Amino acid sequence: MINTMECAMDAQNLISISLRKIHNSRTQRGGIKLHKNLLVSYVLRNAKQLYMNEKYAEIYRMQQYEEVMTVCNEIQELNPLDLAEDIVEASGDCCSHVAGSPLIMEPASVCCALPASNHPAHTPHQQQQLQATAACSAAGLALQNEEVCKETNSAFFRSCCAEAYPVTDCDFSSLSAVHCNKTTVLDLDTHVVTTVESGYLHQDCCAVQCQGAQAPAKKRKFDFGCYAAESEEVPDFTPCKRARFEDFYCPHSEQLDTSNISNLISIFGSGFTGLVSRQADSEFSLNGQFCSKQTLASLGAWTRAIVAF
Amino acid sequence: MAGVGGGNDLQWCFAQVKGAIDEDVAEADIISTVEFNYSGDLLATGDKGGRVVIFQREQESKNHPHSRGEYNVYSTFQSHEPEFDYLKSLEIEEKINKIRWLPQQNAAHSLLSTNDKTIKLWKISERDKKAEGYNLKEEDGRLRDPFRITSLRVPVLQPMDLMVEASPRRIFANAHTYHINSISVNSDHETYLSADDLRINLWHLEITDRSFNIVDIKPANMEELTEVITAAECHPNQCNVFVYSSSKGTIRLCDMRAAALCDRHTKFFEEPEDPSSRSFFSEIISSISDVKFSHSGRYMMTRDYLSVKVWDLNMENRPVETYQVHEYLRSKLCSLYENDCIFDKFECCWNGTDSAIMTGSYNNFFRMFDRNTRRDITLEASRESSKPRGILKPRKVCTGGKRKKDEISVDSLDFNKKILHTAWHPKENVIAVAATNNLYIFQDKIN
Repeated sequence: MINTMECAMDAQNLISISLRKIHNSRTQRGGIKLHKNLLVSYVLRNAKQLYMNEKYAEIYRMQQYEEVMTVCNEIQELNPLDLAEDIVEASGDCCSHVAGSPLIMEPASVCCALPASNHPAHTPHQQQQLQATAACSAAGLALQNEEVCKETNSAFFRSCCAEAYPVTDCDFSSLSAVHCNKTTVLDLDTHVVTTVESGYLHQDCCAVQCQGAQAPAKKRKFDFGCYAAESEEVPDFTPCKRARFEDFYCPHSEQLDTSNISNLISIFGSGFTGLVSRQADSEFSLNGQFCSKQTLASLGAWTRAIVAF
Repeated sequence: MAGVGGGNDLQWCFAQVKGAIDEDVAEADIISTVEFNYSGDLLATGDKGGRVVIFQREQESKNHPHSRGEYNVYSTFQSHEPEFDYLKSLEIEEKINKIRWLPQQNAAHSLLSTNDKTIKLWKISERDKKAEGYNLKEEDGRLRDPFRITSLRVPVLQPMDLMVEASPRRIFANAHTYHINSISVNSDHETYLSADDLRINLWHLEITDRSFNIVDIKPANMEELTEVITAAECHPNQCNVFVYSSSKGTIRLCDMRAAALCDRHTKFFEEPEDPSSRSFFSEIISSISDVKFSHSGRYMMTRDYLSVKVWDLNMENRPVETYQVHEYLRSKLCSLYENDCIFDKFECCWNGTDSAIMTGSYNNFFRMFDRNTRRDITLEASRESSKPRGILKPRKVCTGGKRKKDEISVDSLDFNKKILHTAWHPKENVIAVAATNNLYIFQDKIN
């Protein structure tokens, strides 16, 4: 168990500091120091583990399942589009199981939060509108849930893929990745549309849409009717709030630890271009924390980076 | 508290300090390695600028029989220059990582010095005579016209001012892909090993175009890399045995008779981690920065970030002694990680009789531990306490609560003043302590 009391720094800070060190080592005299970067990657892994655990604890403490259910229903009403019948069914089924494990929360949130992304006809703009009108604080909340739950259940993908959502019951742990190998998700804060394809992340977003994302992020925190009470207890990750929703990890999370470290190792050789996603180039130096989340998300895409050593 | 290093009445005094006094330290002048030779008469230092400076001890004066000779500059030469690897677009630093003396076989002295990629064998020889009366050339070197020579003479050796020359006799290059962290001369006096992050090579001192790879921990897929080699040393009397330490806090002892490639260790030394002390930085602070055999060859000592451990070669599951160097830093690991101090690689050394060990810390403090009395002492290498033959006052770091007079609080420590390199004279109680760009020499007070 990692002792979290030893310093004021939280996991997220450590992650951004670590990534900054790795980035800086690229330009240090004498070439990349393998030993130092290996040690930094261990800190990254430890910080990530703690962050994950804390997120889990946060989810688990959620009490307001009923509110989520209510909002779910509201959204269904707002979106009269013909969603796949099974999603609607699923939301009903899932929501009733929310009192159980956090894993079950995830599909509920998926159904509730992202009905639009399942529909190919919807443009990002329309999706934004849908989300905005829904004022779905619970959806935002649920997104948090799903991103965390997703990480631990390697077999589970978010359901919003073009194919039919093969839900027969609420036992989502048995959901095979085979059925769902492509997921599109909308980030409510930055309006970034992201597609995860077989574990590889593509940032499809339009940078323009993300510009005004900072204010909504802050605002949203207070919109969470059900969440406000919880937020004080939860470790404060808000400095990088918008990035949280973009934190999509490779579904094969049990491999994530070693793959993250190893990806970093291989990234050293590929000249660190993998650490800076397309979108975040200009923002890297401005907001290390934002980049840290982006970077962690994009690590999965670099499993085959060339080792230059 | 006195008494460390061989007797209750032992006290340490300032002897000398070498190096510039100004506050503005040039990076190139930062000392990166310190090493006494086998007799202790020569003391070599290497710096980040690739320069080697050798000090020689004066002969003890007859007028002052009880005063030990001073160390004066004997030779200075540029060992390594910065290089550029065009293939990888990498600059190779000229910083001297290690110096190791070779046993003296004739009038000349030899040492090995290494930077990240290349090891060089330097011969340091004295010249105090020159030949005069050549037939074919004038005294100033101009060639004489052979037809003008009418008689022959035998050149005669004439005394001249002492000149110390250093010449590179061997250059051992292109054998390491990763950064060299250690070199160690074997007890057979014919071979030596060099270690980088992933491999260890065995060389013959006479052969530069060939080297045997004896340890290779590079995984087939670099993405699976979990540990690197941090230090390696040959056993002081068994020429077939060497050890290497890893970033995971483990030490492997290998026997070169067992196989050509010593990937499988003969002994594996590891202390199980205390799960209650787990933190974000557990991996970093357990990484071993130095490993040194005792002179006897029975023990070895390892240095990790917070402690020094003495291992009995016959017991693999835990060290026989553990000494805390600066445990008060454990609660500061976050800040030390931020400012990169947590990556500092401290060295450690034994005294000549293996009864005491020494290692450095921050704020120009260094620590000595007496293995017999279990007493320890913290001393400071500073200009302020450098009165000729002035006795060094023990220092104490206050860890909490009320700070007593003369104590220094943890938050007041200067983490830019670090003592990473120290050396102990092989036979006497004389120590050399490198504090950034200054070399301090301390000795015991003669009673």
